[in-house]
Amino acid sequence: MTHTFTLEVATPEKLLLHEHVQEAQIPAAQGYIGVLPGHSPLLGELGIGRLTYKKADGQTHDLVVTGGYLEVGDGHVRVLASRAEAVNEIDLARAEAALRRASERLLHPDDALDVARALNAQKRAAARVEAAKRQSGS
Amino acid sequence: MPSLIDIRRRIRSVKNTQQITKAMKMVSAAKLRRAQERVISARPYNAMMQRLLSNLAASVRGLDSVAGHPLLARREEKNVQLILVTSDRGLAGSFNSNLIKAAHRFIDERPGQKIQMETVGRKGRDYFRKRADVSGELTGLKTPQFADAKALAGKIIERYENGEIDSVYIICNEFKSVISQKLTVSQVLPVELPEGGSTPDYIFEEPPQVLLSMLLPQYIEGQMFRALLESTAAEHAARMTAMDAATSNASEVIDKLTLYMNRVRQASITKEIIEIVSGAAALE
Repeated sequence: MTHTFTLEVATPEKLLLHEHVQEAQIPAAQGYIGVLPGHSPLLGELGIGRLTYKKADGQTHDLVVTGGYLEVGDGHVRVLASRAEAVNEIDLARAEAALRRASERLLHPDDALDVARALNAQKRAAARVEAAKRQSGS
Repeated sequence: MPSLIDIRRRIRSVKNTQQITKAMKMVSAAKLRRAQERVISARPYNAMMQRLLSNLAASVRGLDSVAGHPLLARREEKNVQLILVTSDRGLAGSFNSNLIKAAHRFIDERPGQKIQMETVGRKGRDYFRKRADVSGELTGLKTPQFADAKALAGKIIERYENGEIDSVYIICNEFKSVISQKLTVSQVLPVELPEGGSTPDYIFEEPPQVLLSMLLPQYIEGQMFRALLESTAAEHAARMTAMDAATSNASEVIDKLTLYMNRVRQASITKEIIEIVSGAAALE
């Protein structure tokens, strides 16, 4: 039994991550999925949120991913995200501003509001803020 | 016979041209490197997407609801959409003319079908604006972003789902190496499901049909993005080779002119000497 598996995170622009990891928590569309080595094959939609993984040396890292697919296979996990950011790329002030804006829009909706889009924006901003705060706190 | 000054002037003008072509070559080389990096870094996503789609296709093969999926359904090709990816700027050798030729051939091969064009890049648009039915255009892409590809794909998919078009093809130059581009004509819609996927016993978070219908548009977006990136890299490569050839041609012309100039100068010196000698001889 191996103790690690490969985690690959790719966006249309680039391969963001290719790493041996001990475990990963992946935001699927219906909630977070925890993956440990030896997980059965799984195919699902990726949601919006924080992807946390623990590297072979025991350190944990975060990514913020938005929409796409996740595939768990034999010894590998592939995440195809339409967008993904490493935590150190996140600007906390901007993310907080975006979160406030998105929440504001949802509280006072006008006719032109695309609710699904606004909700996604809010979720994305919230995930960013959370990830950035945890990074600076730890 | 042209005078020395005339030849010198021509040499200077050719030298100026050579400087410009040399500079353009350097600029293209720098841009090519960046474009090439983007092509390479976009490859894993596409490879993963391809594998995922083939695995998914293998697991849902034979389901009725899949065969009837709007993006997979084959219809008689009456209205064909052609996406032609050219560059905005010229001076890239045969880059654009080959594309335009291929597009012409494509149209000629399909008599009786109505062909709508979607042009990317100014060169294709300018050429086909008066010659074909151009339904849309996309210009000013210096470095194509995924959002551009997404918008283009969205437009095409919508038109396809509404039944306005029955199939979609894309003609673009693919980047093979610095010295060669490969012109490809490929079918985008209806989607040809890749064969040969393996079917591990997947746990499906969502029903496979649902996953498939979400994956297909993204697959097309990925393909478009790849085409745009490849085309940009190929464009810079083509321009670099063209400018390199132009620079060495200019060197050749300069060499020839210099030789000619020396000959003319020699002739005039000889003439002067003869004049002096014969003048002196006349005095004796």
